[in-house]
Amino acid sequence: MADESQDIYYVQGIPVPETPLPGREPPAWKQTNVVGQRVPRVDAYERVSGSAVYPSDIHLPNMLYGAILRCPHAHARIRSVETVAASKMPGVRAVISGTTPEADRVWKKDAAGETRLFDPHCRFEGEAVAAVAAESPYQARDAINAIRVDYEVLPFVADERKALQAGSPVVHAKGNLSKTDTYERGDVAQGFAAADVVLDQSYRTECELHTPLEPHGCVANWEGRSLTVWESSQGVYAVQSKVAEVLKLPLARVRVIGHYMGGGFGSKLEAGKYTVIAALLAKQAARPVKLVLTREETFLAVGNRPPSNMTLKAGVKRDGALTALEFSCLGTGGAYPAGGTSLVDWLIRDLYTCPNVRTTCSDVFVHAGPARPFRAPGHPQGAWALEQMMDALAEAIGMDPVQLRLKNIPVFSQAREGNPAYTSTGFKECLEQGAAAFGWEKARRETGANAAQGPLRRGVGMAGGLWVAGGGRPPSTVIVKLFSDGSVNLNMGASDLGTGTKSVMAMVVAEELGVRPDAIQIENADTGTTQYATPSGGSKTVPTEAPAVRNAAVQVKQKLLEMAAEALKADLSELAYQGREIVSRRDSSQRIAVKDLDALKRQGVVVGVGYRGPNPKNKVVNPFAAQFCEVEVNTRTGELKILRFVAAHDSGRVMNRLTYDNQVFGGITMGIGLAMTEVRILDAGQTGKMVNRSWHDYKLPTALDVPADMLSIPIDPGDAEANNTGAKGLGEPVTIPTAAAIANAVYHATGLRITQTPIHPLQLVQRLAERRKEG
Amino acid sequence: MSSKNPQAGSDGVTRRRFLTSVGAGAIGVAATENLLAAGRETGESQVMPAGQASTVSLRINGEAHVVLAEPRWTLLHVLREIIGLTGAKPGCERGECGACTVLIDGVPRYACLTLAVEAQGREVTTLEGLLDGETLGPVQKAFAEADALQCGYCTPGQIMSVEGLLRANPDPSAEEIRRGVSGNLCRCGAYHHIFQAARRAAELKRGK
Repeated sequence: MADESQDIYYVQGIPVPETPLPGREPPAWKQTNVVGQRVPRVDAYERVSGSAVYPSDIHLPNMLYGAILRCPHAHARIRSVETVAASKMPGVRAVISGTTPEADRVWKKDAAGETRLFDPHCRFEGEAVAAVAAESPYQARDAINAIRVDYEVLPFVADERKALQAGSPVVHAKGNLSKTDTYERGDVAQGFAAADVVLDQSYRTECELHTPLEPHGCVANWEGRSLTVWESSQGVYAVQSKVAEVLKLPLARVRVIGHYMGGGFGSKLEAGKYTVIAALLAKQAARPVKLVLTREETFLAVGNRPPSNMTLKAGVKRDGALTALEFSCLGTGGAYPAGGTSLVDWLIRDLYTCPNVRTTCSDVFVHAGPARPFRAPGHPQGAWALEQMMDALAEAIGMDPVQLRLKNIPVFSQAREGNPAYTSTGFKECLEQGAAAFGWEKARRETGANAAQGPLRRGVGMAGGLWVAGGGRPPSTVIVKLFSDGSVNLNMGASDLGTGTKSVMAMVVAEELGVRPDAIQIENADTGTTQYATPSGGSKTVPTEAPAVRNAAVQVKQKLLEMAAEALKADLSELAYQGREIVSRRDSSQRIAVKDLDALKRQGVVVGVGYRGPNPKNKVVNPFAAQFCEVEVNTRTGELKILRFVAAHDSGRVMNRLTYDNQVFGGITMGIGLAMTEVRILDAGQTGKMVNRSWHDYKLPTALDVPADMLSIPIDPGDAEANNTGAKGLGEPVTIPTAAAIANAVYHATGLRITQTPIHPLQLVQRLAERRKEG
Repeated sequence: MSSKNPQAGSDGVTRRRFLTSVGAGAIGVAATENLLAAGRETGESQVMPAGQASTVSLRINGEAHVVLAEPRWTLLHVLREIIGLTGAKPGCERGECGACTVLIDGVPRYACLTLAVEAQGREVTTLEGLLDGETLGPVQKAFAEADALQCGYCTPGQIMSVEGLLRANPDPSAEEIRRGVSGNLCRCGAYHHIFQAARRAAELKRGK
């Protein structure tokens, strides 16, 4: 083994940023040496070698395997559950259901009423009915199959478009309307009267399922009265609080660990019933229990991006000024209040300058699996409507679609109280630089419905977007601990979803302390040992955690300077870092190497604690985006091929260019899924059951569906106000404009406006045939 | 590249005998000659219950393992829960996602669609088997450098598919690479970097 103990601190000779006096936050970086580079992720070795331990990999001594029986009906009442036969089967060690006293618990109280952990009233296919733990997963499954349930099957409504019709079966006693949200500014009637062109169109996006590659699941282990849970989670503290609440335990007796997790996309922001069920099975058996959902269960019971039925009426003047936008949406969060129409109208309210806007969103209940936040909730749906409408408006007034958008760029948020300004907006640059890199005008001339003969038609399209959040916010606490040899331990509660959070944070420490990134040990996502963090979601992890990490590293530097001042008997304000030494600015013979500081050797470690400071007052921090694509449509078969994508994103400072580009391409890939392949199909007529509950029948984009030619263009407006790193969120904006850009390209290629996802060959070929018939 | 689905045996095993020997858990999986051998051991008239374990000898990453396994247990289950090699990941356990891809006699296969008894007499290579001690193999190294992953859960399967592809075809075209990993879903959408990693891995394997 090589000697790696030398030259850890300041080995790179990086000039570290100036250290502010104690108690002050550092200003935003002017330039960076490590941050922004292309750095392979710090845990790449673990992830490619198989040594990373995901929750599904945990294997504890004496461990059992859990499984859940789920309701096979869209709507049913349970008359009885018979578990005696199952409990006598080989290897079965625990069986619980709603009549097990310990498992008879309240799961949630919300606007719709109270739900129990094993609720006798099953309002969607996939609701939990009973659970077992056995010596092997096979025995657990055998036992599940041996449980007999007497269901009273009830009438259901699975199509949200029918849920408000008279005589529709009701999901909750209060009725099927969960809520209606309205928003209004200006006077849309006046706006439409002032317009030169008014267009009106309906749109629909289908329900999408998250299906991360690692199924939802956990391992639960009791040590007496204390519970430890290894959970595939985006936020260990959120899981801890939910589990403690349902089990009525103090937080300190529930430890949740989630070092690695195999994808979430919003569906793992909270604890699932399965987490509590695993804990209860483990309690009954007095043994650890691993409970990982089957793939089918993840289709049914752990969230979705719900369908949206939208109409948009828009008015524009000949010069491209928008005069009015009127939007309505009917959506559903499924069987429980779950944000069915949440943020669907946000882009209509706030992406473009428009004085007169009215939106109405009605969220209804249906007998289907509850929604969960899904990467940029509401936004890709809203973009599907708004960005296709912008395309149509541009054509109607004979203006280039990019120019129409450039004409309507706001510098402040119109939809928020008091119209606060954005700390930065690079939307204009996203549009201009994206268009330039794509060769937009030339490509638009050379492709299009009339530019070719024969069955293959090419077209180009684009769309813009912003993400309502992405600025991050307090709270967050991070600890940076410098060992006496200069190596570092970084302690933070945030999960790394695969976005590269750990790598970005190591780069922030390296930037401030000049320490080698590989000499930084990272401890994260453990409620027992790491500091408080909110779940990783909302594209807020980097802008929330990175400033706290930076503050913690800066505090380490401040403490070292104080130690040097004492050692050199110098004034703190005259000392500065120079390579691996601290030197007096007044007398350069006054110097001491950091590692020679007696106080550091005595103390063993120097600990810096960083907090996330407040966001700027009366300002909004939002990321912006523009994406461009070229497609080819086979007008005989309806096949659609994406040829290339250019994505220009203003997410503030690029923290790690390598993981940044990866996120951008990943967001486009997911957007391709929304546009072209993904649709949850419910048998709304006869059974209400999900028809396509597998990846064979529910299609994700594969390696064959993404274009070989993808280009990421980061736009950094140099945001010194957002936070002390200048970074804004990236993970969600990257998937907002994609589907709409594809639809616009299909329109350009064929002249067909496809307003309903997914644009698959079946739909396209049908539309093409209809048009031929119409002549 | 050859199919990842186990090939049907052609040496006369009847469907009925196959099913009784492996239990109901394996309906839909075709027989192999190994299974036939397992069937013979149990005798003509004996029907082996699904839950009854028997000795299975496996060769994994060059090492011999003898385990007591039920006939219905998948290779994936035995690798992960019995032997403790957790590189291969369960993403669906029904042949949809490819996260459990391993090499069987050098060819990528879904370990969730392969019964442990079927793998007897074959050389099984898992992600861990690509390491030289603790040093990453060329495909693993290329994946790390190109950042060909996000959450990392599909990554073991992607790496094994690329490894299998490069063993059969050391210098694949871009299209061949896409087809080579088309049986491996990546929900994070890291495909673009995976293609780059596969190209780089081919170079590394050729000593460039």
